[in-house]
Amino acid sequence: MSQEQEYIDIFEQNRSLVEGHCAALLNKARGNAAARFKAAGFPGLKDEDWLHSNVAGKFAVNYGMNLGRVEVKADSRTLFTCDVPNLNTHQAFIVNDTFCAVKGNSKELPEGVLLASLNDVARNNPSLLEPYYNSLAKDGDSIAQFNTMFAQDGLLLYIPRNTAVDDTIQVVTLLQANVEMLSNRRLLVILEENSSASLLVCDHSSMEKQTLSTQVTEIFIGRGASLDLYELEETAYSNTRLGQLFVRQDSDSRFNHNGITLTNGFTRNYVNVSLEGCGAEASVNGLVIGDKDQHTDNRTLVDHKVGNCCSNELYKYILDDKSTGVFAGKMLIRPNAQHTVSQQTNRNLCLTSGAHMYAQPQLEIYADDVKCSHGSTVGQLDENALFYMQQRGIPADEARHLLMYAFAGEVIDNIRIEALRDRLHMLVEKRLRGELNHCKGCALCK
Amino acid sequence: MENLLEIRNLHATIDGKEILKGIDLTVKAGEVHAIMGPNGSGKSTLSNVLVGHPAYTVTEGEVYYKGKNLLELSPEDRSHEGLFLSFQYPVEIPGVSITNFMRAAINAKRQYLGQEPMNATEFLKVMREKRALVNLDSKLANRSVNEGFSGGEKKRNEIFQMAMLEPTLSILDETDSGLDIDALRIVAEGVNKLKREDTSSLVITHYQRLLDYIKPDIVHVLYNGRIVKTAGPELVMELEERGYDWIKNENRQ
Repeated sequence: MSQEQEYIDIFEQNRSLVEGHCAALLNKARGNAAARFKAAGFPGLKDEDWLHSNVAGKFAVNYGMNLGRVEVKADSRTLFTCDVPNLNTHQAFIVNDTFCAVKGNSKELPEGVLLASLNDVARNNPSLLEPYYNSLAKDGDSIAQFNTMFAQDGLLLYIPRNTAVDDTIQVVTLLQANVEMLSNRRLLVILEENSSASLLVCDHSSMEKQTLSTQVTEIFIGRGASLDLYELEETAYSNTRLGQLFVRQDSDSRFNHNGITLTNGFTRNYVNVSLEGCGAEASVNGLVIGDKDQHTDNRTLVDHKVGNCCSNELYKYILDDKSTGVFAGKMLIRPNAQHTVSQQTNRNLCLTSGAHMYAQPQLEIYADDVKCSHGSTVGQLDENALFYMQQRGIPADEARHLLMYAFAGEVIDNIRIEALRDRLHMLVEKRLRGELNHCKGCALCK
Repeated sequence: MENLLEIRNLHATIDGKEILKGIDLTVKAGEVHAIMGPNGSGKSTLSNVLVGHPAYTVTEGEVYYKGKNLLELSPEDRSHEGLFLSFQYPVEIPGVSITNFMRAAINAKRQYLGQEPMNATEFLKVMREKRALVNLDSKLANRSVNEGFSGGEKKRNEIFQMAMLEPTLSILDETDSGLDIDALRIVAEGVNKLKREDTSSLVITHYQRLLDYIKPDIVHVLYNGRIVKTAGPELVMELEERGYDWIKNENRQ
């Protein structure tokens, strides 16, 4: 029996169980997703988009799936203690795929803002989510379909028009189970016109057992609205993360994304930003620090559907040991997207001969009055700079460290929240010194 | 006076090609030596070998510095022992500010000498003092090392670093190249102010003009990997008038 068939059987045999716990809105999307997943199957190595990431093998483990939604006893305050100092946040947790609000220490959100369980809101207020849920992910690849087929909960963030949420909203995702575990999270973020927020999503799914999580995030940024999204992965070598991020931007909206992979096992992040209104601006950035045999694959599509939009991309990788990195960034400038300004930069350091980087920058331009550029480099630390520093008395190891830290700093400096920026500088420094092999703030891996 | 640096029969290669073919040179504490010579004679190779650049291989000979076998020391330990090279082409280091760079350098040296790291207030005070010595703009100090600096700013930054590290033996490798008259004067004055009785310099240059400011005690001519002539400061004028051809002719084999 094929692997796909096993999961389709699990779905079909448990469909009533799955649907029994979920809102109609979530259930409505399952049939079509299952059909599309069945037709496409897991991506194989012959699939151009998955050439360097053997994802099908990751599903071969006999994972447990909590389809009956057995309640996980979780007190978020004991699960997770680290936060970003000096940062006032509204906190929420997603344990496996279940939303847990933090009671007590969370500040009051502005009126009308919802930070809640996706399933609850879909059940109580379906008309609010109806126009959005799965409207972007429905055209995604088979991993997105897989997620839609099984998704039962996750997070909803809704910010009504003309509302600014000043404090950062921090969402921590954790996995908790005693067995190998597969979990499907779903995040839906809606910013109505002229609203603004910054969202920090920390993935701390780290257990000793093998784990796999799929995460589909759909984000809608209305006219004149602005979102900063920071995604930080600090998971374990035993973890597989398959992230899918779909963003739709209306006119004059702004989206600033930083995806940072500090520690992980096997990671694939897909980012699809669709610029659908004139004057929209998107900045999509990433930093990867890999060692041992970690694998991180970032694939982006910035789709300029209309004119006068601006996009900027910066991805940097530092790969040590036998780690592998993949970057495939596509900028698509459609025929009527005149006056597009778009730039993509990808720089990579391979510190050993065993580290591998696969870089594939792509520009597809169908409009004739645009300003677009891209560049990609793979190299080692600058030997001349290293020697210059040694001549001034800085020991070789320290010199290498300073150069790597400086290399990573360019991405971190894009972070607009000062406390988070400081915290990340510190985490990156620790990571580069090899002092951050697992997440220290998480009670699960202490 | 004791010998600070003793080079005996030094041979060195790069990519298998022999550049230094038996250098003998002794520098006593307090002396300023000028090393002149035509392009390609091995001047920069000599300075790079002394500071331990990994691209060069010493195939023969010995170098003693403060009585220690210099060639056995790592580049950073040579620096901690007071050896400084003002690079002909200072390297740009994007993302590393001069302040962080100097703090790392100073504290590494202090650690080597068994001293406590310098505290932040003291460090900033020293930075300010030394910056004034070479008129280095305070804005430059917050920028990445040499990134986007003009030729003159880069050389001033070299002398600023020299002031910070207070070397015993400084090697100035064509510090005058790319400098206009004013910058040359500022750089040379900086070097002169840093001169102490027990410190020595090797000044490598093509031209007389730097030596108008930094007065050498002894002048050597390096040609084809060997020192072919050694004399007092009067040799500088002779070379300026006659060029290098007569030296080349004297040494034609």
